[in-house]
Amino acid sequence: MDEAILTEGLTRRFDGKVAVDRLGLSVQRGEVFGFLGPNGAGKTTTVRLLNGVLSPSAGKAQVLGLDVLTQSSEIRRQTGVLTETPSLYEALSARDNLLFFGDLYGVPEDKLPQRVAAILEKFGLRERADDRVGSYSKGMKQRLAIARALLHEPALLFLDEPTASLDPAAARMVMDMIQELSHNESCTVFLCTHNLAEAQRLCDRVGVIDHGVLQAVGAPRELARQLWHGIWVEIDLRGEPPSQVREALQHLPAVRSHSTEKDRLLLELDDEESIPDVVAALSGAGGRIYGVIPREHTLEEIYFEIENQGLGNGGGAA
Amino acid sequence: MTWNWRAMRAMMRKDLKQVTQNKMVWLPMVIVPAIFLIVFPALVVVLPTLAPPSEFKADDLAPLFRQMPEQFKKPLEGLTLQQQFTILGANFLFAPMFLLIPLMVASILGADSFAGEKERKTLEGLLYTPISDMELFVAKLLTALAPAMVINVVSFVLYGLVVNLGGYHTIGHIFFPTVTWWPLVFWMGPAVSVAGLGATVLMSSKAKTFMEAQQISGTLVLPIVFLMIGQITGLFFLSIALMFAIGVVIWGVGIWLIWIGAKTFSRGELIARI
Repeated sequence: MDEAILTEGLTRRFDGKVAVDRLGLSVQRGEVFGFLGPNGAGKTTTVRLLNGVLSPSAGKAQVLGLDVLTQSSEIRRQTGVLTETPSLYEALSARDNLLFFGDLYGVPEDKLPQRVAAILEKFGLRERADDRVGSYSKGMKQRLAIARALLHEPALLFLDEPTASLDPAAARMVMDMIQELSHNESCTVFLCTHNLAEAQRLCDRVGVIDHGVLQAVGAPRELARQLWHGIWVEIDLRGEPPSQVREALQHLPAVRSHSTEKDRLLLELDDEESIPDVVAALSGAGGRIYGVIPREHTLEEIYFEIENQGLGNGGGAA
Repeated sequence: MTWNWRAMRAMMRKDLKQVTQNKMVWLPMVIVPAIFLIVFPALVVVLPTLAPPSEFKADDLAPLFRQMPEQFKKPLEGLTLQQQFTILGANFLFAPMFLLIPLMVASILGADSFAGEKERKTLEGLLYTPISDMELFVAKLLTALAPAMVINVVSFVLYGLVVNLGGYHTIGHIFFPTVTWWPLVFWMGPAVSVAGLGATVLMSSKAKTFMEAQQISGTLVLPIVFLMIGQITGLFFLSIALMFAIGVVIWGVGIWLIWIGAKTFSRGELIARI
């Protein structure tokens, strides 16, 4: 099967309060899936449910083809989880931490010491490998926590706010690692975050969850198309559009709407396919076109649009 | 199900390694046995040799002799008072320590092992590993019990050496242990440790830190246990069969407490309390 994660009606209640509400989700193998939502939206609860750490109140879920209720131990053997707090033993050295988790995850005993040494090297921790983790900086701890999550070469990696407590340089390094991982190791990544710039950079597809309910799911571009229907293009005219150009716009069915922004013309079109025709028509009408710039909606714009209206309500143009 | 012993061994090794890094945890486990089972007993068996025989009065031992069954009095007949003091001191005075010390070690390590993960915020990472709830629970129990038993036996051996060597000058032959010591050390000691550990495990699930777990077990559990042990010491004057029977009861209580602990020990419960 191709799904790394497949859930149906997955629900978890705590004392009558619904933390995750009828979640239906599918994540393909090899993709980086962003799970977005405000604090307390149900992201961490979802990760716990998918690893069989919490059992669902209703619904079902399969992770790597295994059932979360009956095969949770086997699931956890194949997943790596980076929790929001690093969950490291500060009184022990980095090496001892990794050896311990290697034993727990069942990394072959004869290969474990070399693998630990290699991953310490890879994450730039070799020189401090035998120091107590308590003496590490936040960035180093986070690197070690990621190393720990990867030690047993998981097929599916859950990352819960991997950069939340890091300074920009450390955050960037962590993001580079995630990118490298999905490209080179063909690992599926389930990234929980409320950092939208991070998600935009890393994720193939995103899901937005709020109050335990999945609001929208898809590739950012698809979501933008659903939210705003058309695509947006900036035409650089270096000045006000001449009247012939304005006139021509009225007769182009592919142009849904238009406006001017400084010395640029901003057009909403049906799809990418209509760009060449529209550009040719405007040029033919005497417009001197210096540049055509497709305007992608940022994930941030998409996210807030979803939060504001939800996709189900048929959102109009922003 | 097959047990993942490798994971459990790793768990125990990790916990004990952490203990060696935490003075607050290991110091009492070394100091208390050292003082009560080596220093004091040495004084008790050596001091009578320093005092002149006229210092020993039969009246001092009279109340003890009144309670003592015949079988215990017999070996003491015909001995000097000095010898009687030495034998009674070595064989009776410190017996309760052999219940208290394994109990203390098991409950300190139990509190550190169970509540410590929560306190150090390492529990969540642990729950995401493949180790099963039961494997985790049993590994944590063994982390507390195994050292308690080792310390118990090592203390017994060292204590035996100290009193026999220290008292050799007075007695002239090896006089320790008497037969009642064997069930004390190898039956009652483990029973009391298991019971104390069971109580600590239940307390630890409510506590957020090691100190808190220690305080709860210190204020609630230990007084009860002390009371119990006070009574048990009287057993020394009873038959081995009765001692064995009371051990069975304590084992029962301990296993019952641990069974309750095991039933409530699940990932879902643990993660909800993080």
